[in-house]
Amino acid sequence: MSYYRYLAEGIYFLCILTIFCGAFVSLRARYLMNAVLGLALALLGMAGLFYHLGSPFLALMQLLINIGAICVIIAFGIMVGPRPEQEAEKRVTAKRHRFLAAAAGLAVTLLLGATLVGTPWRPATARVGDFSINHLGENLLFQFCLAFELISVVLLTAILGALIIARIGREEVK
Amino acid sequence: MTMPSDQLETYLLMGLFLLVFGIYSMVRHRTFIGMLISSEFILNGASLNFMAFNRFLAPDPAVGQVFTLIIMGLGAAEAALIVSLILMVFHKYRSIDPDEVRDLKG
Repeated sequence: MSYYRYLAEGIYFLCILTIFCGAFVSLRARYLMNAVLGLALALLGMAGLFYHLGSPFLALMQLLINIGAICVIIAFGIMVGPRPEQEAEKRVTAKRHRFLAAAAGLAVTLLLGATLVGTPWRPATARVGDFSINHLGENLLFQFCLAFELISVVLLTAILGALIIARIGREEVK
Repeated sequence: MTMPSDQLETYLLMGLFLLVFGIYSMVRHRTFIGMLISSEFILNGASLNFMAFNRFLAPDPAVGQVFTLIIMGLGAAEAALIVSLILMVFHKYRSIDPDEVRDLKG
């Protein structure tokens, strides 16, 4: 029993390592396409963490939506955009912005880190339901029905808007 | 013995790392697509926080999963819109450098 526990813990740390590697690749990559691959790697690690948090369904959704859809959309955007050799050299900003970025990151880390350490997290006294897909589906169709419909409308509007905007851009060039 | 994967704080720290990395990377990148990639890291940090609270603290385990699904949907909608905007900007300016898109700058 404990052997499997340690194995699961090893996979957990592997997922965290994957996220760190993906983040590093996406920041340091010379070409944007490599940065997207880094993002996909980090999202894969995130899917593993979702699995560890008791939701295999969301891990699958992470693979389908975030890696399968968002990364592919960004990759298409790169393919029809500028040529890699044109923008590779100036992809990352000068030293001035590096300090600015570090300061912004440090400020957020200190603020949220202090909150994280200082807050006494207390679990709920009683739990209802479980992590099953049945329970999630019932909640989506009854308690969160409005949110579910709203996100459908937002997605439809975004797709139509994206099509119209891309078309306007093409017409203006002609 | 409590393993790190059974503690809320480790997940919250990972969420914090993703948020901070997203902010850092958004300031560092000087292309719109790089900034879009950074925003995906920030959204995923939020998702991880929701899932961690859902697993360890929330009374109903479905709530955090629904929120995470909504965040994923919003992320997909945002990516589709921003990529089409980037295409329009590239057709007009022949560049995806945010510094060159400054027609409205006073």
